[in-house]
Parts: sequence; C-alpha cells; structure tokens
Amino acid sequence: MKRLSGFAIFAAVCLLLPVIFPDNYYVTVVGLTIFVNVTLAVSLNLLMGYAGQISLGHAAFFGLGAYSSAILTIKYGLNPWLAMIFGAALVLCLSYVLSRPILRLKGHYLAMATLGLGIIVHIFFVQADELTGGPDGISGLPTLSLFGVPIDSDIKWYFVLCSYMLLSVLFSLNIADSRAGRALSAVHGSEIAAQMMGIDTAKVKSYIFVFSALMATIAGSLFAHQQDFVSPESFSFFFSIELVTMVVLGGLGSTFGAVMGAFILSILPEVLIVFEDFEVLIFGLILMVIMIFLPEGLFVSLKNRAAIMLSKRESGS
Amino acid sequence: MRFLKNIVTLLAAFSLVLLSGTGMVQAKDTLKIGSFLAVTGPASFLGDPELKTLQMYIEEINAKGGINGHKIEFVHYDTKGKAKEAKNFVNRLIKKDKVDVIIGGTTSGNSLAVIDIVEKAKVPFISLAGSIKIVEPVKKWVFKTPHTDKMAAEKIFADMKKRGIKKAALITGNGGFDKSGRAQCLALAPKYGIEIVADEKYGNADTDMTTQLTKIRATDAQAIINFGFGKAPAIVAKNIKQLGIKLPVYESHGVASKKFIELAGDAANGIRLPAAALIVADQLSDKDPQKKVLLAYKKKYEAKYGPVSTFGGHAYDALFITVEAVKRAGTIDRAKIRDEIEKTHGFVGTGGIFNMSPTDHLGLNLDAFKMIEIQNGNWKLLY
Repeated sequence: MKRLSGFAIFAAVCLLLPVIFPDNYYVTVVGLTIFVNVTLAVSLNLLMGYAGQISLGHAAFFGLGAYSSAILTIKYGLNPWLAMIFGAALVLCLSYVLSRPILRLKGHYLAMATLGLGIIVHIFFVQADELTGGPDGISGLPTLSLFGVPIDSDIKWYFVLCSYMLLSVLFSLNIADSRAGRALSAVHGSEIAAQMMGIDTAKVKSYIFVFSALMATIAGSLFAHQQDFVSPESFSFFFSIELVTMVVLGGLGSTFGAVMGAFILSILPEVLIVFEDFEVLIFGLILMVIMIFLPEGLFVSLKNRAAIMLSKRESGS
Repeated sequence: MRFLKNIVTLLAAFSLVLLSGTGMVQAKDTLKIGSFLAVTGPASFLGDPELKTLQMYIEEINAKGGINGHKIEFVHYDTKGKAKEAKNFVNRLIKKDKVDVIIGGTTSGNSLAVIDIVEKAKVPFISLAGSIKIVEPVKKWVFKTPHTDKMAAEKIFADMKKRGIKKAALITGNGGFDKSGRAQCLALAPKYGIEIVADEKYGNADTDMTTQLTKIRATDAQAIINFGFGKAPAIVAKNIKQLGIKLPVYESHGVASKKFIELAGDAANGIRLPAAALIVADQLSDKDPQKKVLLAYKKKYEAKYGPVSTFGGHAYDALFITVEAVKRAGTIDRAKIRDEIEKTHGFVGTGGIFNMSPTDHLGLNLDAFKMIEIQNGNWKLLY
C-alpha cells in the first residue's frame, strides 16, 4: 500500500478542492484545463519518459479524439459515448499500423516522423472543411451524460475530468511498477541489451505507443464535449511541443513529474496575466531558471534533493 | 512611539484618500466591459486598432463622468488569435471578472468559439469579426458590427452585373476568412447570373501564385475575385500584373488598409473592392450622415496613434452601440442592456447605419459598403 500512498494523497487533494472552494475560478475553470493537460502529459510520459521514444505529434491523437467525437455526434447523430469508442477504435488501428514503421526510427528521425504525423493531421483538420469545418472548427456538441445525469456544469466536468486524470495517473504508476514497465525501462536503457534479455522490443514499444495514443484520444473526446467546440489550432504542432515541455519540465520518466510539469505550465499563464505585456517574458524566464538549476526536471530534482537531505539527517543522528 | 504615531497618521491619511476616492466612484455602479482581442499574433493588425479604439474612448467617457453616471471599468485579454485562448479568457471574463458586456473576438474563429459560453452565461456579446455564421442563425445574446463576407460577395457581384461581367474566376487562400468568403461567393454567384469558371486556392504563406493564375488565364473568365487578407492578396495582385492579365480584379474588404497598396505597389491600381466608408471619409458628400462621425473618429484616432483602419472602426461602433443601449436602459442590468442593443435603430457608426431587430443582430444593409477603386495608389470612392 505504501507504493500508492502518494497517489492517495494526490487524489484526495484533487477531489476535495472543489468541495472546499466550489466557486473558485482557479479550481472549477482553470482546473479543467489543467486536468486535460495533466492527462496528456502523463500519457506522453509513458512513451517519452518510460520507453525513451520521443514524440512531437502527440496533439494529433488528442485532436483525432476530439474531432471524431464532434463529427460523429453532430454530423451522424451518434451517441456521444459510442462516438468516443469509435474515435478510440480509429486511433487504436491508426496508431498500431503507424507504430511499427515509425518506432523503427531512432533519435532525430523518430522526432521527424512524429512531427510529420502531427502536421499532417493538423493540415487535414484545416483543409477537409466539408468534414471538419475548416479553420472555424465545429461547435454545438451534444451534452454528455453519465448514468442519466447530464454533465453540464463546471463542477460536474471537474469530477469527470478529474476521475479520468486520476485513472490515467494510476494506470501510469502501475505500468511503471509492472513487468511491462521494467521492460520499457530496459528498452530506454539499451534496446540491444533489452533484446538480449528476451524482450520483444518492437512489440513493447508499439504497445506503449498505442496505449499512450489511446489515453490522449479519450482525453480529446472529453475535451471536445467539455469545450463544446473544436478547432484545428487546439491541436497544432505547438501544442505537441507544449506537451513535451510539460513532461521535460516536471522530469522525464516520473508520472508525478509529468503531473507537476503540466500543472505548472497550465497555471502559470493564468497567474502571470497580471503582468500584461511582460507575461511571456516572465514565463520564459521561469522555464529557463528551472531548466538551468534543476536540469532533471522540477519534480525529479526536488525529490532527489529531499531524499539526500533525509538520508543525511538519518546518518547524522 | 514616534514610529507608531507616524504609522497611524499615514493610515489615517490613506483611508481618507481611499474614502474620498470611493465616495466619488461609488455614486453609481461601474459598468464592466470585458474584451478579448487578438492584439498580438497573425491577426494583430485587426486587434491592435480595436484595443486602442476601445481604450481611447472609454478613457474619454470616464473623463466626462461615465454613462449616466456609470463609470466604465475595462478588462482586457490578448487571445493572440487563438480560439482556445479566446475560450479561456471569455470564461475568465464571465466567471472571474463578472463583466456586464463583452466586446471582442477579433477573428471569426475566436468569436465562433465563445458563442455557446456567452449564450449559457447570458452576457451580451458584440463580436468584431466578419463571418456571417456569428449572427446567422440569430443567437439571443450575440451581436456584431463588422460587415459580413456575404455582403462583400454580394457587393462585388452587383458591381460585376453593372459592368456586364458574366463569368468570374475565384482565387482564395486557406485561412478562415478566405474559406468563408469563397463559400459565400460560390453560393451567391448564381443569384446574380454569374458563373464561377475557376476556383483556385493557395496557402496564405505562399510567395508565388502564378501557377493558379496561369490556370485562370486559360479559362474564359471576364474578371478575377480574390478573397483574403494579409500579404497574399498583394502577391496575387503583383502576379496578375506580371502575367499581363488584363482582366478586372476584385479584392475583398480584407485588404482595406494602406498596407495592401504599399505591398502591391503599382499592381494595386485598378483593383476594386467593397469597404467601409471610413477609408474614403473625406470623399463622401457633405449630406452623408456618416461623414461627421467618420471624420471625428479619424481625427481623434490619428492624433493619438497614426493612420486609421476600418477594423478599429468596428470597435468604435460596438462600444457606442453599448453606450447608447446602457443610456436607454438606464441600468446596467445585462438582460435590459441586451434588449436595448437589439432595439438599436438609426445608429450612425463608422461601418454604416445600424438598424438591429430580433431577426437581425448586425443591422447593416448593402449600402453600408462602398465600392472603391484603387487609383494612383489611393482609394477612390466609386459609389
């Protein structure tokens, strides 16, 4: 149980916040954006942090989920949950088919291929106006309901997105501590060594790629319903980069690192807005300072330092 | 002890200032106007004059004692032209800043993205973007002041009909404005008996459109229509000249800024476009009711910031439609302001004369657009 005690505290804080501050703007409005970003960062961390495979096209899967939900519910009148499952199935097939050839590549070439994927999907969203509504996007998605309860207020969305986020964090933590997770770490360390240990590296990599894509897709579907609007620029190449920044900022390979990175990158712009024109400047400065002084990422560095301090105190006493 | 005394005096003085200050402002509730504009980013040439206009006039209104004693508090966020940011900021304006009226949404994408939020929250929203989709079908809380792409297309086709042009070639970019304009052109052409014989497209970042124009040259088109804004239309104009195409060229209101003439140079001459009267204000006849308003706005804006553009004018219209509505409503109750905005009648703005109704949340007719030709590097009012 000790293994998941950190998670239990995290979950309790997340679920209690709206009970204590039901009308706080930062909790019930900004909170929703944060949960979506945290989910995406956690899913990307599976691929980047655990398996060591870079992806600059993660926003594409997020967007495919959002657009499948929007198109299938509005144009074809499908039940929102069914649309979500269709979207997930589509991405499952797509990401599986793509994973094998793409993940054969390494380093810069892998980055290039995923970048290409992200840009192609984005161009599709912009250009296929008959289907996607072009640059103006699509609005007017039906309200999602869960067990007959329509999810139509910020606070309800808070609990839905929070639950999905917690599930993905739990999933990610469990993967890390399982056989599959150790296989991933082995691939991250050295693919040849992993193969020598009897790990089917191609299979492991493609599975994690598909899982990561699926998590992002469902987040996309929920995002589309919550926003009640989808447009291509929410899923652009820049958003992919933002996601990578979140993962790196928090600390590669740590689930809570991804959580922390996503939290900081989502909340900072909201807080810094009081500085108006200097907002972007200060934002950049904070990122720079963190990466210079805590190069392993905020969460990982702080955790390591805390551990060193604790052990010093113990040996001292 | 002396230190303490100092502090007490300071506090007393401070509270006195505070009290007298609040005493003056609190005479009546302040009207909170929220705005979200694309002040930076690719659409900044639209958002920047909009923000300047709003700030300048709100300052003036407050200096004169507010609207019926209601001072205006202005809250502004920069969306950088991104729809997601627009959504976040409108949420913030409604849920955190609790504004009474929202003016903004520089681009159609930004405006369309927030419609459902303002509808749900029941806050009057005046959009500054072009697309007809914003007010058609009519949404209870959503209004807009700029002319629509549909009006631009109609104005162009009406002019073509006058000149006896039956076949036209269309060339458009891949932006939201371009695509919406293209759709309107294709839909409206048959109504004016005009056949679209070519429908070419380019990327807004392209630097050469000769391929598309060569294709157009091969058709029997009698005129070329280009819907777009930014630098692409200037390149189209230049390429047309380079290829020696002698057909009449129509641009949209998206190029109604001096920047276009600067970029296109000689090639701009002879191009016709529908645009708001602001850019030809001094050429209007003295009987035109708009002339006074236009010249006053132009003078005030140019004295402070430099050359005017029609885009800032849209913000002027939105602000003063709101001001008039608050005056008539006599309160800052959101629902009453909304009702009064809808009753706007005979309001002379920079974009035209607004007559809104429950079925028309724009309130401009085709006369609001002037047909303009570029002659010798300057705008010339045709009619």
